[in-house]
Amino acid sequence: MSSNHPGLSNNFSRSGEKFSWSKDNLRSIKNIISKYPKGREQSAVMPLLYLAQEQNNNWISIECIETIAETLNMPKIRVTEVASFYSMYNTRPVGENLIQICRTSPCWLRGSNKITKTICKETKCEINDTSDDNKFTVVEVECLGACSNGPMIQINNDFFEDLDEESTKIIIDNIKEGKPNVIGSQKGRRSSENA
Amino acid sequence: MSDDLINIKVNQKEIQVDKNLTVMQACEIAGEEIPRFCYHDKLSIAGNCRMCLVEIEKAPKLVSSCTMPLMEGMSIITNSEKVNAGRKGVMEFLLINHPLDCPICDQGGECDLQDQAMYYGFDKSRYKENKRAVDNKNMGPLVNTIMTRCIHCTRCVRFATEVAGVPELGMLGRGENAEITTYLEQSITSELSGNVIDLCPVGALTSKPYQFKARPWELKRTDSIDIFDSVGSNIRVDSRAEEILRVTPRTNEYINEEWISDKVRFNYDGYYQQRIDTPYIKENQKLSISNWEQSLKVLKDKLKTLKPLALIGEHVDLETGYAIKKFMSNYGKDNVECRTDNHAILESLDSYRFNTPLNDIENSDLIILVGTNPKVETPIINHKIFKAYNNDAKVFNIGENLSLNYKTEYLGESLSSLNNENLIKALKKSTNPLIIIGSAFLNKIKNIKTLKSIFSYADKYKVITKEKNNLNFLNPYASRVGQLIIGNTTNNLCEPFSNLKKDNFELVLSFGSEHIANEQFTNCFKVYFGHHGDDGAMGSDIVLPTPLYTEKNGTFVNIEGRPQEAKKCHNPIGSAKEEWSILKKLSDELSFDFNPNTFDQLRSELFDKHPILSDYHEIIAVENSTSITPDIEFEDCKAEYPVSNFYMSDVISKNSVTMAKCVEEIISTPSLLEKSA
Repeated sequence: MSSNHPGLSNNFSRSGEKFSWSKDNLRSIKNIISKYPKGREQSAVMPLLYLAQEQNNNWISIECIETIAETLNMPKIRVTEVASFYSMYNTRPVGENLIQICRTSPCWLRGSNKITKTICKETKCEINDTSDDNKFTVVEVECLGACSNGPMIQINNDFFEDLDEESTKIIIDNIKEGKPNVIGSQKGRRSSENA
Repeated sequence: MSDDLINIKVNQKEIQVDKNLTVMQACEIAGEEIPRFCYHDKLSIAGNCRMCLVEIEKAPKLVSSCTMPLMEGMSIITNSEKVNAGRKGVMEFLLINHPLDCPICDQGGECDLQDQAMYYGFDKSRYKENKRAVDNKNMGPLVNTIMTRCIHCTRCVRFATEVAGVPELGMLGRGENAEITTYLEQSITSELSGNVIDLCPVGALTSKPYQFKARPWELKRTDSIDIFDSVGSNIRVDSRAEEILRVTPRTNEYINEEWISDKVRFNYDGYYQQRIDTPYIKENQKLSISNWEQSLKVLKDKLKTLKPLALIGEHVDLETGYAIKKFMSNYGKDNVECRTDNHAILESLDSYRFNTPLNDIENSDLIILVGTNPKVETPIINHKIFKAYNNDAKVFNIGENLSLNYKTEYLGESLSSLNNENLIKALKKSTNPLIIIGSAFLNKIKNIKTLKSIFSYADKYKVITKEKNNLNFLNPYASRVGQLIIGNTTNNLCEPFSNLKKDNFELVLSFGSEHIANEQFTNCFKVYFGHHGDDGAMGSDIVLPTPLYTEKNGTFVNIEGRPQEAKKCHNPIGSAKEEWSILKKLSDELSFDFNPNTFDQLRSELFDKHPILSDYHEIIAVENSTSITPDIEFEDCKAEYPVSNFYMSDVISKNSVTMAKCVEEIISTPSLLEKSA
């Protein structure tokens, strides 16, 4: 496994499977493109990359890039440039649950290091790695914008805040066992009200 | 004061400049040199190298001059301490990750970064961190990459997108991870790809064939002309001793701007392959080595009794052509032919040249390609059409359905598609339409009425008006327009070659024309004057070595009718002799009249006879001919394109190893895309 962040790699790979838009996505694409002036359809490249990533198990394959280029009638290299520029487009396959651990100062001051250690131990994978069962990919990221509820992590599309080692372990265990998790603060706070 | 001019000050010097310029352009007008890496005249402005910092009074910080528009009363300072310190800072940043490998870098000695580091660089680095290393990328058989040297100016990316019209290059990643690459590291598919080598301000993109060959200060520079297509791009041939080591473009805003095609840039290794270096005579069906004395004696005897025909090939210069005409006039008329491809013409110059000045093509709003594939025949003209296309010109295509690097509307395969309804509608709306008639049809026209109809058609739809003539004829051969001007052709307007009365001739002299090997000359005695062993040479009875265009002086008239000089770069290979001197010797022995004793005398005699040719670099002026037929009628002919493979269109490039690699890696190898499909 390569050891860099899956969103920051410039090397794209093929999935080996044809990528074509799902029916729902085709509808959304039409809607997205209509937001831009005529002749400027290429501006829709970012939302389309996002849709493609969602549909393609959370990563952008070369097939995705080619489909997007075709949809928007733009050169493939231009799509590749955008996909490689932003770290939130993963350029290689990731596990079912992409765990992003915030390590910026506020979270770090509140002990994000310990959270990282716990997650690595529980998921049995290193930072930037994917676990053997393909359940988890763990990455460290900069500020995710929930500073007052630090330390926090993001798993796929959900935030988990006010973590400590114990609650982190519970979250991971629940995922392993397929049980639902409480999203947001793990201390029962609503939003970022006073603790 | 005109509205377009504004007053500004550059280093306290007051000047008036166009208000649409940038600060950098104004500084240049004022005579101040501004260092830069990413800015280039011919490309869009990126503003990402930051080297061109200048101080503007009342602006709090230094500004990058290439991106800054001018304002009335602006006071620009380019030589203050602050500016110097700013540029030094930028240079220090640029050098953080740049390797210190100038001694082994091909760009060394002509490197923008090296030069500017002499002014703005520090003598030692303040960075202790490791430099970053970047994997080299594949860009094909022509462009060598050492990407660690890249400073991310993105000139190559902009060139590929804006000039070459192949958006295949890009910058992936960001910040320290930024890398320039082609899409999936495929070869660049443009015919102009070599120009990224000149554009690259550092040694990241260099020439693969020239790798580790020479240093710029060792090279002798000779000005010459690209003879591998009819555009006549200006080139500089760099040689050391008796060997050409590279070919680079010379700027000529009227013709090639700053670009040249990959063929002339890289096929020079073919100059030295398969060369005819000594005379040969056929004995027992086999060519065996001879000498000048013997071969000329045999030829002289044949010339005494047999009636000769001269064929002129695609690389023959004007002086040679004139000498041939002079020599052949001793045997009567209509015995010289340069139109071996059956190129149909009317008598006037405007029926076989590109009548629109090349730098006007971009102003057209409607272009009709008729039986021409400019992408492979004349990449420079293709670039100009691409420019017009980017200015919203519509491009129509008649002939084969070509795949070009811009969108065309395909109308059909026969000439009569000119009457297509959509086209007529567009023509009526257009203010500056342009037609390009290519060899694919010109060589097939059997009835001269068709050619006249094309003129009437152009007249009817205002392609030809009093002010301009936008009806253009395009053939891919460097020699053609010039040879036709001096009249090296027979009097058949259509199918001149097929119509040659073969029985009239018993001896064929071919000057680099492979058509000598055609079946129709089976019974003739064949003499081949040429530099490369091709089918023409193989099939001949006598083969005489002649110099290549880089081994003699010569004049070529480009497709728009612009005479230009190709200068001698080094001595001919082997015992090759210039054609005119061979003809002079033969004339003397046959007691024909052939006055000129030197090349210069020959040239001045040519210019005396054809004064229009003596004005180098100027387009020959002609009046529009009025060959108009009342009814427009196009015959049905099938397009047959003269150049199918850009990299191997003539005997020299066919012998080039580099060109062979291009065919293998760019044309023959299916792209990764197709492979997966």
